[in-house]
Amino acid sequence: MNAVRLTTPLTQEALRKLKAGDTVFISGTIYTGRDAAHKRMVEALDRGEDLPFNVKDATIYFVGPCPAKPGQVIGSAGPTSSYRMDSYSPRLIEKGLTGMIGKGLRNADVVNAMKEHGAVYFVAIGGAGALMARSIKASKVIAYDDLGTEAVRELIVEDFPVIVCIDAEGNNLYEQGRAQYQRAGA
Amino acid sequence: MRTITFEQVASAVEELCIKANTNIGADVTAALEKAKATEESPLGKSILGHIMDNNEIARNELVPICQDTGMAVVFVTIGQDVHVDGGLTDAINEGVRRGYEKGYLRKSVVKDPLERVNTGDNTPAVIHYDIVPGDKLHIMVAPKGFGSENMSQLKMFKPADGVEAVKKFVIEAVEKAGPNPCPPIVVGVGIGGTMEKCAFLAKKALLRHIGHRNEKAHLASLEEELLEKINNLGIGPQGLGGRTTALTVNIESYPTHIAGLPCAVNINCHVARHTEIEL
Repeated sequence: MNAVRLTTPLTQEALRKLKAGDTVFISGTIYTGRDAAHKRMVEALDRGEDLPFNVKDATIYFVGPCPAKPGQVIGSAGPTSSYRMDSYSPRLIEKGLTGMIGKGLRNADVVNAMKEHGAVYFVAIGGAGALMARSIKASKVIAYDDLGTEAVRELIVEDFPVIVCIDAEGNNLYEQGRAQYQRAGA
Repeated sequence: MRTITFEQVASAVEELCIKANTNIGADVTAALEKAKATEESPLGKSILGHIMDNNEIARNELVPICQDTGMAVVFVTIGQDVHVDGGLTDAINEGVRRGYEKGYLRKSVVKDPLERVNTGDNTPAVIHYDIVPGDKLHIMVAPKGFGSENMSQLKMFKPADGVEAVKKFVIEAVEKAGPNPCPPIVVGVGIGGTMEKCAFLAKKALLRHIGHRNEKAHLASLEEELLEKINNLGIGPQGLGGRTTALTVNIESYPTHIAGLPCAVNINCHVARHTEIEL
């Protein structure tokens, strides 16, 4: 398992080198979106409209941050459960999305779309939002402001720490890790 | 009759909301430390270290431990000789409103579960009242995140299914949840009562100090057995593999009907928050 530094946009070429279990420090621009924003983005695609950002080789972070205190760029900002975005993610992957950051399980449709289009699913530490916020250097709402915490934000991150959970070949660290530490008597 | 003012209650709840969301309990810290010392997975050990660093940052900088600052679940034990001026429920919701605003906490509550428009101030709270003799007012605020809440389950077993069915149900609930509830988790189990009482018991079980066991010997031993079996699942910190899936399993029980054996599982993430005050 390697530790690598990557700068956005994350190209398929760079992502195909990653293996489940690798630690990655991401720098550059990423976008936030969770349930309500994903719903709106997919509805926009259904109407033939553009997404709020250029999705080609883009990375989405599934997060709904806390409000920033005075002097802060952003409030606590850890990952939310990714499975709630499963019904939307394949559409965005088909449009060019290559990176997703969240936590928790993904379904087969998402993994198949990832394999087909060379996308990677990263996980960040759930419940470590105060720590994660330190790697976020700038934040601005770029769409759906009315959704509050669920609005789409453009974040500038520096060495944002994530782990490759499902790589572009479909190898899954959740399965590998569990198999290694499972014991009889469960 | 002792009178407690609206303002006393509102300001107490305001403070509890902020404290619960920024300052993790000493019992959770001790449990994380113990887990970090024994965790066999190097990645798991490192994750537990990051979780503890995060909790330190939150405490020192007075920022939320987790961005999901939860729906405010409030447990109120009110002495029957207490009168609250202006309405207790309104006072609690006013405290939640102020706490979530002043504490820069996330507003995560939608007004209608189907229409889904945010209320903007994290109200209303979910409030559970218990009336007891005396003139004291005890308030506990337990902000509940939904990454773990969504992994909860309830089942109405037959008496013939017995304890084995209960064990299987609890373990399968944790296994099915996998990485989603942000392990290491706290597992709350309710056994008995009616359907809604059982769900309440599972929630209440999450409030118990980590390390304290049920006073009934057979339930204490069931807690230990379930904890061992859950940790044998190998799910580990954040679900990435390891020996620490749960920090503890707490069971609460209540008498039930001759025809039933209700069982509920409520899961909390490692950010197992609750803070209390007596007025």
